[in-house]
Amino acid sequence: MKPPKFEYHAPSTLDEALALLARYNGDAKLLAGGQSLVPLLNFRLARPAALIDLNRITSLAYIREHDGHVRLGAMTRQRAIEFSPVVARRLPLLREATRWVGHLPIRSRGTIGGSIAHADPSAEYPAVLTALEGEVVARGPKGERTLSSGALFETYLTTTLAPDEILTEVRLPVMPEGAGWAFEELARRHGDFAIVGVAAAVWRSGGRVTARLATAGAGGTPRRLRAAEEIVERDGLGAAAIEAAGRRASELVEPDADIHASADYRRHLAGVLTERALKRAAERAA
Amino acid sequence: MSDRWIGKSVKRVEDFRLLTGRGTYIDDHPPIGNIHHAAIVRSRHPHARILGYDVSKARAAEGVVGVITGDDVARETKPFAVGVTTPVHYYCAATDKVRFVGEPVAVVVARDRYLAEDAAELVDVEYEPLPAVVDPEKALQPDAPVLHDKVGTNLAGHRRLVYGDPERAFREADVVLRERFRFPKYGSTPIETYGIIARWEPDGICTVWSNFMGPFIMHPLTARVLGLPENKLRFIVPTDIGGSFGIKSSIYPYIALIALAAKHAGVPVKWIEDRREHLLASSSGTDRVAYRELAAKRDGTVVGMRFKWLDNVGGYIRSPEPGCSFRPTGNFVGPYAFQHLEVDASVVMTNKSLTGPNRGYACGHLYFETEGMMDRLADELGLDPIEIRRRNLIAPEQMPYRTPTGGYYDSGDYPAALDKAVQVADYADLRRQQARARANGRWFGIGVALAVDPSVSNMGYVATALDPEFRAKPEYLPKSGAVDAATVKIDPLGRVTTILGTTPQGQGHQTVVAQIVADELGLTPDDITVVDEMDTFTRIWSISSGTYSSRFGSVGTSAVALAARKLRAKLVDYAAHLMERPAADLEFRDGAVRPRSGKGPSYSVKDLAGRAHWNTESLPDGMEPGLQATAVFGFGVSRAVDAEDRVNSSNTYGFIAEIMAVEVDRRTAAITILKYVTVHDAGTIINPMIAEGQIYGGALHGLGGALYEELKYDDDGQFLTGTFMDYLVPTATEAPAEIEIAHIVSPSPLTPLGSKGLGESSSMTVPAVIANAVSDALRPLGIRITELPMTPSNLWEMIRQAGDRGAEPRASRAGHPRPEPDSRHSLQ
Repeated sequence: MKPPKFEYHAPSTLDEALALLARYNGDAKLLAGGQSLVPLLNFRLARPAALIDLNRITSLAYIREHDGHVRLGAMTRQRAIEFSPVVARRLPLLREATRWVGHLPIRSRGTIGGSIAHADPSAEYPAVLTALEGEVVARGPKGERTLSSGALFETYLTTTLAPDEILTEVRLPVMPEGAGWAFEELARRHGDFAIVGVAAAVWRSGGRVTARLATAGAGGTPRRLRAAEEIVERDGLGAAAIEAAGRRASELVEPDADIHASADYRRHLAGVLTERALKRAAERAA
Repeated sequence: MSDRWIGKSVKRVEDFRLLTGRGTYIDDHPPIGNIHHAAIVRSRHPHARILGYDVSKARAAEGVVGVITGDDVARETKPFAVGVTTPVHYYCAATDKVRFVGEPVAVVVARDRYLAEDAAELVDVEYEPLPAVVDPEKALQPDAPVLHDKVGTNLAGHRRLVYGDPERAFREADVVLRERFRFPKYGSTPIETYGIIARWEPDGICTVWSNFMGPFIMHPLTARVLGLPENKLRFIVPTDIGGSFGIKSSIYPYIALIALAAKHAGVPVKWIEDRREHLLASSSGTDRVAYRELAAKRDGTVVGMRFKWLDNVGGYIRSPEPGCSFRPTGNFVGPYAFQHLEVDASVVMTNKSLTGPNRGYACGHLYFETEGMMDRLADELGLDPIEIRRRNLIAPEQMPYRTPTGGYYDSGDYPAALDKAVQVADYADLRRQQARARANGRWFGIGVALAVDPSVSNMGYVATALDPEFRAKPEYLPKSGAVDAATVKIDPLGRVTTILGTTPQGQGHQTVVAQIVADELGLTPDDITVVDEMDTFTRIWSISSGTYSSRFGSVGTSAVALAARKLRAKLVDYAAHLMERPAADLEFRDGAVRPRSGKGPSYSVKDLAGRAHWNTESLPDGMEPGLQATAVFGFGVSRAVDAEDRVNSSNTYGFIAEIMAVEVDRRTAAITILKYVTVHDAGTIINPMIAEGQIYGGALHGLGGALYEELKYDDDGQFLTGTFMDYLVPTATEAPAEIEIAHIVSPSPLTPLGSKGLGESSSMTVPAVIANAVSDALRPLGIRITELPMTPSNLWEMIRQAGDRGAEPRASRAGHPRPEPDSRHSLQ
């Protein structure tokens, strides 16, 4: 389990990193927290010509509230998110989801940008990005663009980011005052990737309910459960509506089987966890 | 001595170095000149004929000094001896065919491990792929692909063992129950993997440093394979081994392979198994298909059992297999008094990795099945699972007890231990909680499991695999025994050093030995230095030596106690000579030899040591100079298997009684452990803290097999669990919130300290107790657990199917005859 030979670069600015990326013309990998990439290298499943280590680009690690959004630099550690007062106040769903990410040593290294760019559909952050209608910022040689979750995630471990682009920032809209939230997950062990996870947020304004639901682990990308959201938006947050939303959720997902769970079980779980997440979110909502 | 060290939770002397990163493991071995590193090329095919090798590109690669292939292995080594009479040729690497994914096919030696792995990718092996089989039942079908042409079948061995008159027992029984069980293939995941350094000395000696743990029979086996006399092969084991749980007993083929690579490359070679290699091709317990039958009387008395096993040993049968079938021979009946038993044991080869001892060696399988059957009997007769067991336990007044299969249970009070578990768990209250939970529609279950916990394997058990006719041949050499040696010596200033020949993997031998010697010589543990560092050239060892099968608490400690006592007797004799008094008038007390009368001078250990070392003239006539004593302890009850296949397969036998309560989530089928009580009888407990650690570890290991761990293959033989994302090992967060431990102490009459082994402990009961608890929880659906691991996905499928069968998943006790302990709370 030793990686094949690669060149290693540790630029200290984003521009340097972009220049290096361009120089290798798609044959370089960006190293963020390394929690997925390093095992892939050691298994010789990834064989890049070069690693471009982003860990010295300090300007990529920040959490700022700005203009109705929380902006998180791509190199912000999961551990920093877990303990950020801004996140706790403005994005409690992200905070709760972070508690499900791996274990302490993983969260101490792992980054939000790395997790999202790696696009493991069982990971928590892509589901939160999807549920909260966030965006990511990508920088390339031609400048900057923003992508929604739907535009970013293609399928398992695949995004629409170009080989010469770097995901630099994650922007999540501040959750409204009084919003309720819950992240429900079932994994075989605590800290594993989810068999299924569900991110939920609900809030009431002017007598109307808004609901946000997205899954992890129930298909090749995180999936927004719009039709399930509509049930509680129409019928409210009573037990019957929440149950109906759960049933609808299990119809909406298209999960695959793997060594840990059957597709049917995942589909069933998507419903159960949607129901539980909505129930808990509703209890928290003002 | 007023105060004894035995029985105290003395802090482990090992922990300071281990917890501060200063242990000495094989990978920490001091630099060896010109050392090179090996990478092993492994088969990607489950089953294929090897047509040829092209190593030219690998040889030409940067830093490479040698490459060996199966051709070199076939030419220059012999196959290993196997434990069966079928002609299975098991070499240290594939020679003619590959028979499982991960099987070694070549070794590249290079300047560092990176370069070695780069070059390993350049080794070209031409294969002719063959169909594969992984299921032991399918492997025995006539159309199954055959792994070993010379054997002609995938059946490596088969024995039918008959004890008593099972035919009659079944004929005359009131109740006969049948069930099929499946037990998964899993390992131990020691935190340190295999590691080997091999160096050929100019005088033809091959020195091997490795985390070899024994049994030391593997040393002569390896010497023979390499064509070396035994005294030209030197095994040295570093002070620390990072866990094993039986797995490292299977390192020896790699020792032969790396030694051969070192010989070819002409340099010392180091190989540290990586995690991927470990999961692919290290060692594991067998997966087993079992058919069980139980015969009982209407009052619940079990009169007989039938076991039919298919043990899947993978691509070859590697010694000490087929211990998977026969290691528990003496305790096949567990704690129960029935006398009639038939065992039909098939050892099957398939395209999976190889197997060997894994904590509890075959006892996890045994008790999963037996305890499952006991619960079925309870159901059948409408008895409580505690009661059905009570009616069948061997009584304390029957101890020592000879089992029908030849086991000799040295001591125990099984009913008392079961009572203790019932009391600690507050079993009656658990049943009341269950009734309330069920009334609320919750799936709440209570499981019980009992086990006789065997320690110190008698090496003679392995011969149970051979037919009695074979064993009766004049040229056959009977086998028996379980010995360990220790030396205690006193230096001129009265300080004590104890030298062992064991291979501890974290068990705390240094701590425990210091406690024992301190008690015997009236000192404190700090006064004792304990040296291990096994070296076959300098330590006393025998065929059975090593640290496995929970040996040390029983046999190793006995050697230490006897050596210390020998030395103490010598001190008394010497003091008697100095005092000119008969030795009978003297006693050794509080670190000094004193007159029994209490009157007159005494001689401290320090005083006697100084005199004995400095002035040999002061010794009595005939006394050997020097203050040291060596004892080799062996068990008189270790006998060879007899003509009726009876064998006392272990030497000391403890007992385990466990009760667990679980809840199964109605929606997700996830299992939560609500209560777990484990009661052990391991005789005298030398260090309660270390004993508890073993129980925690054993319980978590058993939990791994029950809920998480399985080395899985698809039907075509491809390996599916090559990373820790797929092979799930329970961590601290998966542990039950509380493990309640209690002890019953029935000292062994066979060991000087009364101690027995405890190292495997709850690993052999947890699969049974949790399966029984989950079965009890799902009783309203008519579901019984017969296969492990119980993943939420699998459990949910079972629940769904039960729902489809018409057993509506709703709270209901109708049709379930089990009485509640308190009928006021029962719901009809």
